[in-house]
Amino acid sequence: MLDQMEGSRAVAEAVALCRPQVICAYPISPQTHIVEALGEMVKSGRLGGCEFINVESEFAAMSVAIGACAAGARAYTATASQGLLFMVEALYNAAGLGLPIVMTVANRAIGAPINIWNDHGDAMSQRDCGWIQLFAETNQEALDLHIQAFRLAEELSVPVMVCMDGFILTHAFERVDIPEARQVDAYLPAYEPRQVLDVHEPVSIGAMVGPEAFMEVRYLAHAKQMMALERIPEYALGFREIFGRDAGGLVRGYRSEDAEIVVVALGSVLGTIKDVIDELREAGIRAGVLGICCFRPWPMEAVREALRDARCVVVLEKSLAVGIGGIVATNVRTALAGFAVAVHAVIAGLGGRAITRSSLAAMVRAGVDGSLPALGFLDLDRAVVERALERERRTRRSGPIAENVLRDIGVVAARIA
Amino acid sequence: MAFQPVKFYQTGTFTVGNRLLAPEERSVQADMARINSLNSGHRACQGCGEALGARYAIDAAMRSTGNRLIAANATGCLEVFSTPYPETSWQIPWIHSVFGNAAAVATGIAAALKVKGHAEVRVVAQGGDGGTTDIGFGCLSGMFERNDDVLYICYDNEAYMNTGVQRSSATPPGARTATTMAVGPQPGNCFGQGKDLPRIAMAHGIPYVATATVADLRDLEYKVARAMSFHGARYLHILVPCPVGWGHGSHETIRIARLARETGLFPVFEAEDGEVTGVSKIRKPVPVEEYLRPQKRFAHLFGRPPRIDIIAGLQEIADRNIRRYGLLDSTD
Ligand SMILES: Cc1ncc(C[n+]2csc(CCOP(=O)(O)OP(=O)(O)O)c2C)c(N)n1
Ligand code: SF4
Ligand SMILES: [Mg+2]
Repeated sequence: MLDQMEGSRAVAEAVALCRPQVICAYPISPQTHIVEALGEMVKSGRLGGCEFINVESEFAAMSVAIGACAAGARAYTATASQGLLFMVEALYNAAGLGLPIVMTVANRAIGAPINIWNDHGDAMSQRDCGWIQLFAETNQEALDLHIQAFRLAEELSVPVMVCMDGFILTHAFERVDIPEARQVDAYLPAYEPRQVLDVHEPVSIGAMVGPEAFMEVRYLAHAKQMMALERIPEYALGFREIFGRDAGGLVRGYRSEDAEIVVVALGSVLGTIKDVIDELREAGIRAGVLGICCFRPWPMEAVREALRDARCVVVLEKSLAVGIGGIVATNVRTALAGFAVAVHAVIAGLGGRAITRSSLAAMVRAGVDGSLPALGFLDLDRAVVERALERERRTRRSGPIAENVLRDIGVVAARIA
Repeated sequence: MAFQPVKFYQTGTFTVGNRLLAPEERSVQADMARINSLNSGHRACQGCGEALGARYAIDAAMRSTGNRLIAANATGCLEVFSTPYPETSWQIPWIHSVFGNAAAVATGIAAALKVKGHAEVRVVAQGGDGGTTDIGFGCLSGMFERNDDVLYICYDNEAYMNTGVQRSSATPPGARTATTMAVGPQPGNCFGQGKDLPRIAMAHGIPYVATATVADLRDLEYKVARAMSFHGARYLHILVPCPVGWGHGSHETIRIARLARETGLFPVFEAEDGEVTGVSKIRKPVPVEEYLRPQKRFAHLFGRPPRIDIIAGLQEIADRNIRRYGLLDSTD
């Protein structure tokens, strides 16, 4: 059914269609609207057979999901940013225990300085915690990926994070196609756990494993994610058969087959990039885009196949690994090892900084004429950073960065030497 | 108290003459058909109060629930010694997630059981004092406040034993641990405000809160059964001496636990809806010195010169407990 609604509401509708049995949540912008909508559905009785638990922290949210899932219930939660970091210990634990929890991450920057706007710093910080990470490009895809996520999680006994850009998607009103319940039921069988806390067949879950077998357990966790690389395209195909549209998969190219320069990105910025590519094509530049939908497991082969014939690859990243640079770019470089493709990392949109078409076009042109550095920062205010760097050069112990910058631009009156 | 206390006259061995009781009055532990939820073969130290307390409590909970019980366990000695790879001592469905989340994991299990229509299956969460009063405190308080249908059992050995006897917020003043060394002008743990978890639990207004020690098996079993007769959040705080951390003989675990009660240092009581409804009376209060002396963690209090001031401070705590809970049996 086509309807105009907020992205958060669309995700809530999708989650409800998946018939979760336990939902637990702790509020954090920009995740709030999703769980508020679900809470209302449970309270009003529209979503039956479901317990909604208002927990006291994200750590508790993930822990409640762990208990619920281990006891055989389909469990869901959502978070963002500081909340994701607050649950980190439980995140690793859920993955280690092989519990198919599905969680929305409404991507948001991590502080300090505190910032509620979108970037991918939160999800990227958890890329190696053992969860599958899917990134939605549009609200429709966010909706669709949640349905696929439960299927994938339960099939492989691996938790899945569905990442969607905070505010840009969560708070945008768009037309979406809400599937029929019977379609979702046909796609997603009831949750039948492989191992469950059952009084008739007692098991001990989460026991200690020593050096005798820890390596093997970790190896198998990796092998399972590699298996997911095969399943994800299958489930995307199966999804298409029932729902009649494409969603998910590993990677998606746009005008990239014959491209000499390809921009790689994740999430909602792909839409803007496609518009820019169309303009550049008209101007005679053979440019294309590769969208990464599945970031963990890393689709090494698919990325290599898509990019090996390009001359230049520009990875546009909404996160920064302080001390090295691009995270996605590092992964892309691994995929292209042995190929003569120049890979540039361009950090963009941190903390909600707008990514404009003109800046993107200039970035691609710089890639074409060879003037793009290995690591670049889109629309960085050079005057501000130069002032701060100058101070760093002049004074020892120059103090906290954010406060100094704020003072420079006159936002706060704090006196910091 | 609904429960009729049976007074046993001590023989010096602290055994209880079950033969003298009618079968229905006998302890769960005396029953040949007891479940042994925490079965033999685990790796606890000799004389471990926590191993004893856990078996007593979980066996009693099993009896109350007709063997329909699931446990969530915090990280700590109990978790580590009960599940040495690739074995387990647990005869019940059991899950260990991390150190600070046992209460929340139990909430999740209870929620799953509810939606799946298994109302007859009950849930316990359990952890050490560190996992309860420190790192798991947030999750525990949240579980209480929501009144989730979980019995939380804290096995209090008054320090982080699993990591080598470091101080927790349940460590008593004056006690030596690896992080409250017996040196300087204030040797051992400081005198703070204390963190009295049973009273904090009561302040949440949950249906049932009780304390017990491994020295009084029948009282402990009664309290588990009583706790299981309620729905909602319940809290049981069991004192479980640790021969390793406390520095007493492994054969002294029960005697030390009994002294903790008889000095008034560990008040044994129960409370419903935030109000105390029953206390275990002390027949003849024992000076705290008698409890402190056999434990090496207090040895520095008895050096030359002895730290009379610290001992007096501990006696004050005991006396306050005796007054607060009315522990003295005025009829005796
Ligand atoms: C987050 C975290 N911090 C620290 C630890 C290390 N740790 C494991 S068990 C333990 C002490 C447990 O103490 P307590 O809860 O009192 O149980 P006990 O071993 O005394 O029975 C500590 C500090 C951990 N496992 N996880
Ligand atoms: S250290 Fe103490 S609590 Fe831990 S197993 Fe040994 S006796 Fe028990
Ligand atoms: Mg302890």
